[in-house]
Amino acid sequence: MTTQNTTSDLPEKAPSAWQRFKDTHVWHSFVKDRVAQLSFTIFMGYVLMALFAPAIAPFDPYDPTQIDIMNSELPPSWNEEEGDPQFWLGTDAQGRDLWSTILHGTRISLTIGICAVLLQATIGIIIGLIAGYRGGRVDSILMRFADVQLSFSTMMVAIVVLAVFQASFGTELYQELAMLMLVLVIGIAEWPQYARTIRASVLAEKKKEYVDAARVMGLGQMRIMFRHILPNTLSPILVISTVQVANAIISEASLSFLGLGMPVSQPSLGSLISSGFEYIFSGAWWITVIPGVVLVVLVLVMNLLGDWLRDVLNPKLYKG
Amino acid sequence: MALLEVKNLEVSFGLRSGAVKALRNISFTLERGERLGLVGESGAGKSVLGFSILNLISKPGRISGGEIWFDGKNLADLSAKELRDVRGNRISMIFQDPMMTLNPVLTIGQQMIECLKAHRKISTEDARTIAIQKLKQVYIPSPETRIDQYPHELSGGMRQRIVIAIGLLMDPDIIIADEPTTALDVTIQAEIMELMVELCDRNNVALILITHDLGVVSQVTQKAIVMYAGRIIEQGPTKEIINDAQHPYTQGLMNALPQMAIPGQRLNQIRGAMPPLQNIPTGCAFNPRCDYVMDACTKQLPGYTASGNCQVACHMVANMKKAEQTSDEV
Repeated sequence: MTTQNTTSDLPEKAPSAWQRFKDTHVWHSFVKDRVAQLSFTIFMGYVLMALFAPAIAPFDPYDPTQIDIMNSELPPSWNEEEGDPQFWLGTDAQGRDLWSTILHGTRISLTIGICAVLLQATIGIIIGLIAGYRGGRVDSILMRFADVQLSFSTMMVAIVVLAVFQASFGTELYQELAMLMLVLVIGIAEWPQYARTIRASVLAEKKKEYVDAARVMGLGQMRIMFRHILPNTLSPILVISTVQVANAIISEASLSFLGLGMPVSQPSLGSLISSGFEYIFSGAWWITVIPGVVLVVLVLVMNLLGDWLRDVLNPKLYKG
Repeated sequence: MALLEVKNLEVSFGLRSGAVKALRNISFTLERGERLGLVGESGAGKSVLGFSILNLISKPGRISGGEIWFDGKNLADLSAKELRDVRGNRISMIFQDPMMTLNPVLTIGQQMIECLKAHRKISTEDARTIAIQKLKQVYIPSPETRIDQYPHELSGGMRQRIVIAIGLLMDPDIIIADEPTTALDVTIQAEIMELMVELCDRNNVALILITHDLGVVSQVTQKAIVMYAGRIIEQGPTKEIINDAQHPYTQGLMNALPQMAIPGQRLNQIRGAMPPLQNIPTGCAFNPRCDYVMDACTKQLPGYTASGNCQVACHMVANMKKAEQTSDEV
């Protein structure tokens, strides 16, 4: 069944690829599963919002000339007494249109989440594959590294690294490099998740005869690892990737909330929530709550998709 | 010179309890185009021997002694890179279960083309042409469509044909077939065996056939090796071994064939089981199960005695031959 899934992903049979995909178990279960459809639609909505943020957003939140401090803390426009129809979700403390800021914030959060997971996956897959395939001492050393890395919590590593960076290179440089730093920190702190998952499936895969057959054919180790074993471990990779993107977005939001993430001038969802938090007692609830809801829905939808994918790709749960 | 010459090969596995010798003192030769049968009970070391010819024993096992001469090179000492040139290219191997041997996520074509490109500098189109031609040789109908299919889309017999086609891909000198028909339907078994014999004959490829099935050995091979507990106990021309087995163990195997039993009676099995490799009895390893056990059998490892064109490792046979000689002299 996993194979069917991969079948559809291969581009070489272009005319029938879609036809093939429609025959797969993945597609059938997607058609039957309302939750998956809804989650997928919402997720695609987020992706489109993020991709086209500059086009959709009525204001550019990064352009100081478009911001008027007099517009600060305006409530959403459905509040007819105080709201301004220009800003349908209201404005934040600096007078930025909240809707535009959320669009751009989603873009930043998703970018950080996806890039961090790409980094995690690259490191984790390489290390996991090597550890699982080579075994023995190499395996022990690499996996002890992973254990050590896991015993530092992501938050702790991130806080230490980011705080040290901010202190030693100054806030200005930090603000320029914030996004890169977040991707690096979250990416590096979480690779063991991937490495462990991959290693476990590699251990199972390498005992199968097709690996012996590949060795008998005289193929090199690299080729066997990356071309023969890796594609067979794709389903757990896919499943943890969805969960990990959600986790990375949450990590980024928490760091931003603690003031170690994206700067206020270039807010992600997390830093928006954080910046609004100061005003929540003065009645400006929307600055915190609206980005909060956006974040929660995004993470929820990704976790639901991950759950669905896990069930679909698990052959033990396959019911034909 | 023989195509393949194995001399005093030893393979041991380093376990926590100490090194265990899985193969001891294995010597045989294989000529170009010759078909050799390797028989013995499970655990006798047949598959380990197959793998060690390609120097593919995985950890904790290793070749601990002896030489494997192939084409002027000793495979036991080659570097990993030189070995890769031999594997798949000059010597290829076919495994028991075609369901497991093909990678489930790559198409037949991808797997074949990859193997070709690993050994030769050719374009993908050329490799594809060769692959299709090889699929034709193993009688795969409409190879042009099959080549783009995944292993799960094919039947078991078809898959084993494809495995054979992959084995033949580089026009090797030797094919090692490790129980190639065990996982297949009985009706297909004969078909696949015939196909292998035909292809080996046509391309002058030597075949090492590892099997439990004495019937197949007698039909297919010219030479046979009987193994017991990691040692060759009898080797020689298949006809002689099948018709006039000398070693009590080989005799036991022959008697255990269902054809040898009287209908309605129990099959004649060899009593007992093969000793674990950690705990091989001194002297002849077969002595606890042997009906003709003598004093010498429990004390001294029997050497090889020539009997006809066969080599037999048995004290009793040695004594008989000695007696024959003395009676001849008198």
